[in-house]
Amino acid sequence: MSAAFLRNKAAVLGLGLLAAIVAMAILAPVLYPDDPLDMVGTPFLWPGQDPSFPLGTDSLGRDVAAGIAHGARVSLLIGLWATVLGLALGVSIGAIGGYFGGWLDDVALRAVELFQTVPPFLLVIVLVAIWEPSIRNITLAIGLVSWPPVMRLTRAEFRSFREKDFVTAARGLGFGHGRIILREILPNALPPIVVTSSVMVATAILMESALSFLGLGDANRVSWGSMIGNGREVLRAAWFLTAVPGAMIVVAVLALNLVSDGLNEALNPRLGRS
Amino acid sequence: MALLDVHDLTVAFPSVTAVAGLSFSVHESETLALVGESGSGKSLTALALMGLVPRPGRVSGAVHFGGQDLLALPEARMRQLRGRDIAMIFQEPMTSLNPVLTIGRQIAETLRLHEGLSARAARLRAIELLDLVRIADPGRQVDSHAHRLSGGMRQRVMIAMAIACNPRVLIADEPTTALDVTIQAQVLDLLDRLRRDLGMALILITHDLGVVGQWADRVVVMYAGRKVEEADPIGLLRRPLHPYSRGLLGASPRLQARAHYRLGRLAEIPGSMASALGQAGCPFAPRCDVRQDKCDSVAPALREMGEARLVACPVAA
Repeated sequence: MSAAFLRNKAAVLGLGLLAAIVAMAILAPVLYPDDPLDMVGTPFLWPGQDPSFPLGTDSLGRDVAAGIAHGARVSLLIGLWATVLGLALGVSIGAIGGYFGGWLDDVALRAVELFQTVPPFLLVIVLVAIWEPSIRNITLAIGLVSWPPVMRLTRAEFRSFREKDFVTAARGLGFGHGRIILREILPNALPPIVVTSSVMVATAILMESALSFLGLGDANRVSWGSMIGNGREVLRAAWFLTAVPGAMIVVAVLALNLVSDGLNEALNPRLGRS
Repeated sequence: MALLDVHDLTVAFPSVTAVAGLSFSVHESETLALVGESGSGKSLTALALMGLVPRPGRVSGAVHFGGQDLLALPEARMRQLRGRDIAMIFQEPMTSLNPVLTIGRQIAETLRLHEGLSARAARLRAIELLDLVRIADPGRQVDSHAHRLSGGMRQRVMIAMAIACNPRVLIADEPTTALDVTIQAQVLDLLDRLRRDLGMALILITHDLGVVGQWADRVVVMYAGRKVEEADPIGLLRRPLHPYSRGLLGASPRLQARAHYRLGRLAEIPGSMASALGQAGCPFAPRCDVRQDKCDSVAPALREMGEARLVACPVAA
């Protein structure tokens, strides 16, 4: 499986880009120990104009490079935890509904439909507006709206696997429902879930950026989205203030999608393993 | 004293009664064969003994085992028994193993569940079990996935899983139907040896009368969910009494005279089991060649005919 993934050049490129962004996020406090929101230089320095600010400064004289590095932390953190939350909800509810069927499945389906009738981004905005906009609350809100597709996927997998002979055989050996769900079916259902989760991270990063762009992000933390939002006001005078963080979002989302495609090919036996 | 005593077992679905008032018993270290064509209720009988009849099937009657009625046990208690005291081997070795787990882990899982072994001890025991079911190089194969194994090897792994906790009753539901003829004999020999070595009772479900003749101690012939004849296998093969048993035997190819289709047609039983639906009297009457008028109205009771022989046919003699 890992060999199949590594043969895929696009996937390896995606993984490399992702690793670079993760390294940047990890090293941000080392490279830029000061608060990226501090005003440290002359406003509107273009990239390359001053060697100490390689990506320039914004309208308040804040270092863009420091913002990008610290923004990566916020984006990845939110992307990761929102996905973990979405996966936890979606997989557990989908597994229970799909495996047991009956009224449990009905309840699970109604719950998912409740979420699917509301546009997810709208729900995030409402939730963040009700709670205070902190990193934790934004993560919670994004996680809460991202579980329905995972739930449907997991449910479909469990519905087909629960009819398999090896599940009947496992019951014949005295395995309980919990053991069958976790040890017998889940490992089989995992590949499509893994593939989906990398796209979920990308979606969460986009949602956070959009929130910050609208000014609903955490005001005390710099993020790529908030940098674009601030740069928008001076778009004609200093377009690089929106272009640089915008490019970072593109690269991060692209990397995650490439990884997802690579995983899909490596994990999906129907696409041919060799 | 029978080890497992099935009394008046009935498995009913909304549209059809798949097993109707079936009674039989199995003694320690005995091989009992359940014979009948597809749809005669053999597999559902096995699932009923295991407490695994799928919804919306309803099971009634009694299954006495070790001083308790299995059908009256709560699910949690039944779950402890399954795999430990009563185990089952399924028909399809190709799909009965989990494709993403190594066979060692699947065997070990049972041991950890029922015997509380540590991961290390369970793995060692799994290797022993693979050796016991005659899998070559068990120390290496224990880490194989099912797709690396042949059908015969997979069925051996299934057997290893089933006997892992030394069950007292082993149910084998057509264990060799999906296998090559040469492998069939090996697997049945293995089951027979394990039955003797471990002192298990074996319930062998099959439609192959050759298997019955060679490996069974007693045979129950089923038709449309009912027991139509019970006999010792040699008696049954020499002189089947129920017209259905006679028909089954006549429909089995034999190597002697007129086996090839150019030399003579294989006998068949006319009609299909579907004709038993809604039949008030004997379920076999619509296909029977010695049918009498009363067969359509009176359901035949089991009659004792000779030693340990029961036949549900008033005409048979």
